[in-house]
Amino acid sequence: MVTLPFEKHMYELKSKIDELKNLAKDQNMDLDKEIRQMEIKLYNMQKEAYKNLTAWDKVSIARLVERPTALDYINRIFDSFIELHGDRYYGDDAAIVGGIAEFNGIPVTVIAQQKGNNTKENIKRNFGMPSPEGYRKALRLMKQAEKFKRPVICLVDTPGAYCGLGAEERGQGEAIARNLMYMSTLKTPIISIVIGEGGSGGALAMAVADEVWMLEHAIYSILSPEGFASILYKDASLAKEAANAMKITAQDLINYAVIDRIIKEPLGGAHTNVDEMSVSIKRNLEEAIGRLKREPIESLLTKRYYKFRKIGKVVE
Amino acid sequence: MFIERGSYMFEFKRIFKKSKYIEVKNLENEYGEKKPNIPSGMWVKCETCGKILYKKDLESSIMTCDNCRTHFRIGCRERINYTIDKGTFKEYDEFMISDNPIDFEGYTEKLQKLRDKTLLNEAVITGEGKINGQDTLIAVMDSNFMMGSMGSVVGEKITRVIERATESKKPIIIFTASGGARMQEGIFSLMQMAKTSAAIARHNEGGYLYITVLTDPTTGGVTASFATLGDIILAEPNALIGFAGKRVIEQTLKQKLPEGFQRAEFLLEKGFIDKIVDRKVMKETLAQILKVHL
Repeated sequence: MVTLPFEKHMYELKSKIDELKNLAKDQNMDLDKEIRQMEIKLYNMQKEAYKNLTAWDKVSIARLVERPTALDYINRIFDSFIELHGDRYYGDDAAIVGGIAEFNGIPVTVIAQQKGNNTKENIKRNFGMPSPEGYRKALRLMKQAEKFKRPVICLVDTPGAYCGLGAEERGQGEAIARNLMYMSTLKTPIISIVIGEGGSGGALAMAVADEVWMLEHAIYSILSPEGFASILYKDASLAKEAANAMKITAQDLINYAVIDRIIKEPLGGAHTNVDEMSVSIKRNLEEAIGRLKREPIESLLTKRYYKFRKIGKVVE
Repeated sequence: MFIERGSYMFEFKRIFKKSKYIEVKNLENEYGEKKPNIPSGMWVKCETCGKILYKKDLESSIMTCDNCRTHFRIGCRERINYTIDKGTFKEYDEFMISDNPIDFEGYTEKLQKLRDKTLLNEAVITGEGKINGQDTLIAVMDSNFMMGSMGSVVGEKITRVIERATESKKPIIIFTASGGARMQEGIFSLMQMAKTSAAIARHNEGGYLYITVLTDPTTGGVTASFATLGDIILAEPNALIGFAGKRVIEQTLKQKLPEGFQRAEFLLEKGFIDKIVDRKVMKETLAQILKVHL
């Protein structure tokens, strides 16, 4: 059973329901009425809990190992996905998965930050923390999409850009900067969806798009709450307080007009029903891809420029 | 010149407390008599090599040590004075100050204190001027104002000066000095990375010249945006230039980092900058580059 700290009070009831179900099966008893009553009670408890989630609660959901990763969605939303590899200069970063696919018959390029679904996979994927070669692979695939006039869909899910020695030596800062610059004028529609953690510049390097969406419980931040707490509160254990002060939830960001759309998750989080979540994302993409493809490219680029241009609050 | 060690008075001016030089004041010999021919505060000691420098010499070598070539950090106004032809600088957006976009506690007060202390309104000054008679637009960051961190104002001022350069078909030179993105403005600071990079993209498409000069320190979100996008990227000797913080990298790797890591010379070796330029010849180097791009 998936454990989320703010769902503690519901565990007892969940266990009781499972107990009753097993009892009914083993003893061939009819406990349907009792079970239904308890399920209704649990459903209402969940609804209430999920209406009042704090930023820190969202962080727990976004970081769940069980949370669906990019490939979980790619395999359900797109057809005939062919993964493409390499940055052509140095290597292939497993933290980034990218390639070509069909979306309702329309050729698209899909690029994603990929976490692991278990420890072994996480090590292979470097916990979804891309290196410069990952961002360079992403850029190569985006330019390819531009050449062939394919829309680009980016799935963002990273704790941040990898901060190892090699990454620094190979120009992590430069790789991110170059993506920001080229994405801003890429002559093809781009949609970026933050499906889990939007970790700072490492996330932004794949989120300069015509539309930026977030799943309901995803987070998007300048830094991790732990990092923020250690810098500004001089105490990394104040991460909870930092998360609340930083304004990192989808709801905060749509209020600030930093993102364009929130996609609701199934009650309990995307991990409770990845199929339903995928259908929901797909429906949103159908509407958006059609609309963006019809827009003249000049107008698309102007709107993209001003989408980011208008963000910032100053006093003159 | 004989200076008694025991009777100095030290005064540290830099917010980073990384003063590379020590100001020498109130010199007295062991009898409590003031040395007649040495006025107070005229001498500084370079912390890197220990050489005692006459303050006027330090100023005329643009705050660098003549002995070991250490480049001390300088403020943006000093930088503009050394770089731009006298009387030609026109400042843009000088009254712009920060708001508090995510309502971060204590941010507004901290800003007011800093404005009073540094006599700067923010961490960057932008404008236009001439270098050896050639027109250019310029932005100079200042690490004395909240570690040169980039928030909405730095992002907006830099974006505007780049846009003006594009509009007037002129080159832009940006001197970077920053600890990274400004935490207190949260996601708004992060978005300034995209905003400034997009402005550079348009300037680039116009075919105009963008020179970056990386100064000590240039890190984080600034490195990962406009700082590394110049057509030509210059750096001052031994400047700290990187993306992730040194401590974070050491913690990730659990091992010590190579000598000279994240210094300008290291970046030159790794292929990320065009040239290291000593501050004494920075102006003439910029002038020459501007000249061949006319």
